[in-house]
Amino acid sequence: MREITFAEATREAMEEEMARDPRVFLMGEDIAKQGGIFGQFKGLPERFGRERVRDTPISEPTLVGAALGAALVGARPVLDIHFADFLLLAMDELANQAASLRYMSGGRLKAPLVIRAPDGAIRSAGAHHSKSLEALFLHLPGFKVVAPATPKDAKGLLKSAIRSEDPVLFLEHKALYPRKGPVPEGEVLTPLGRAEVVREGRDLTLVSYSLTLHKALEAAERLEAEGISAEVVDLKTLYPLDWETLLASAEKTGRVVVAHESWRFLGPGAEIAATLQERLWGKLKAPVARVGAAHTPIPFSPPLERRVIPQGEDILKAAKEVVSWR
Amino acid sequence: MDRLGLYRVMYRIRRFEERVEALFRSGKIPGFVHLYVGQEAVAAGVLAHYRSGDYLTSTHRGHGHALAVGVDPKEMMAELFGRATGVCRGKGGSMHLFDPDKGMLGANGIVAGGVPIAVGAGLGLKLLGWKGAVFAFFGDGALGRGVLHEGLNLAALWRLPVLFVLENNRYASTTAFAESHAFQVADWVRAYGLPYAQVEGDEVEAVYERTGELLEGVRGGQGPAFLEVLTHRFKGHYVGDPERYRTREEVAQARARDPVMGYRRRLLSLGVSEATLRTIEEEEERLLDEAVAYAEASPWPDPEEALKGLFAEPVRDYPWEGA
Repeated sequence: MREITFAEATREAMEEEMARDPRVFLMGEDIAKQGGIFGQFKGLPERFGRERVRDTPISEPTLVGAALGAALVGARPVLDIHFADFLLLAMDELANQAASLRYMSGGRLKAPLVIRAPDGAIRSAGAHHSKSLEALFLHLPGFKVVAPATPKDAKGLLKSAIRSEDPVLFLEHKALYPRKGPVPEGEVLTPLGRAEVVREGRDLTLVSYSLTLHKALEAAERLEAEGISAEVVDLKTLYPLDWETLLASAEKTGRVVVAHESWRFLGPGAEIAATLQERLWGKLKAPVARVGAAHTPIPFSPPLERRVIPQGEDILKAAKEVVSWR
Repeated sequence: MDRLGLYRVMYRIRRFEERVEALFRSGKIPGFVHLYVGQEAVAAGVLAHYRSGDYLTSTHRGHGHALAVGVDPKEMMAELFGRATGVCRGKGGSMHLFDPDKGMLGANGIVAGGVPIAVGAGLGLKLLGWKGAVFAFFGDGALGRGVLHEGLNLAALWRLPVLFVLENNRYASTTAFAESHAFQVADWVRAYGLPYAQVEGDEVEAVYERTGELLEGVRGGQGPAFLEVLTHRFKGHYVGDPERYRTREEVAQARARDPVMGYRRRLLSLGVSEATLRTIEEEEERLLDEAVAYAEASPWPDPEEALKGLFAEPVRDYPWEGA
């Protein structure tokens, strides 16, 4: 199969969906003229015009609200929010409005919109361009939250997100954009709400998603060299969570490490650990371990950033502790 | 201009709100209510121009707008009562009334919360190639919100079919307009290049005329426009507001220019018969009596409904827990 980058995969998904459905449009800062800060929109304005691929002023609250308004009258907006940190500027429009309207209206309105947000720490971008905010949006009812790890899922999940009838927050780790991987040409639809066992193992389960999934896979390789067989689950969608896949793998191995770039304190791992322990009490061979960012803003200096953001070694260390638990 | 239609809408709003106030005080309506009494000529005059295919966004003080675009008083009253038959099945309430069949994209519990939605509705209409205008209502309190400033810019930049309607009732909750804004509204609006008109909100025909003039450009593809209506709320910010921030004389002066009663007198002076007006009033009283009776007789929602309807298809956080 051909290999393309994560950025190209998202571009291809946009191109196919915009060609399929004339109601789909794309807007954001620096996307049309500049092609996106990671090149993920290159060629789209030439094909679809500057009306359907539109540059915007720096007005995040109004852009989120406008995406919602356009969705309410029948369009299918995709809004790029430059850096996930900037979602925080638009929390009213996200949480009070977009996430709530279907419910508050007794199901009479629907808000099919996709908010794309490049997240995660990369190259010392510092505290305002490095955050992973998924836990906030998992806590707030009304969003589907998606975080692909591979180019194939970037394409397949983005296409599914655009076809969803509800607001989807689509999180793209910035370090993933240049990574290459196999992606089928044409229709790829990765279903929302399904996780995948991407590596089979016997001794423990590493649960992750987005960039951290790759760190978990590297940790699994190193564990194998030491005779420990790690299974790896890629969550892909964080809401709704695929408990079936998670519970099956956790029950099989009895030992679980959840790893993500979101802060460890009240991060997705907290919900997963609590629920696995509720469901599998007596069947787990060790407490569920969590690996997440330290509870600080993301610092600038490279050694400080590395200290706060979970690394492969952190996952490895947690895995060994879980495996050796008595 | 359908003068009797304007009067009917104003009368309906006034009497709906007076019923709501009494029902709230008697404990039949839960939550908070913000009454539109005194501002009827704004909703009636502006929205007399509302057509099928148009949309509107409203505010926490949104009953008048909803009634003026034809949201069913029965379903509205049932919603205020929190009943299963409400226009939002009891999940919205007074500050969150939606009715997509009428283009009503929501009253809104957030000041200026509807403004970005209106801008987006305008963008959606433009991109989809559909006719239609969007009416964005907000109060003077919204002048402090960044989204209103952003929204004017975006609507002007993209020439979106949005009519911004500022209902300046001179108080943002309890804070006087003069104490919270450093700019002149007209200067500020014109800085964005929007056509602007100001009108007294106790004269429904003047509101109607100014709206019509501005809408020509909005509907004609020339982009957004801005109408400022100077109005008064006769009641407190919410039912129960002790109103320590304004004098009784001020309220009495406003009431002396009551837009509903004043228009009634004008219609009589224009030769409309007392009997004609009485007939309209009796019809409206019956309609509203029916609305209250309908709400009172309607069932409460099944508590399990609270757990449904967040997404298009059912999603359960913990699927193994009882259905």
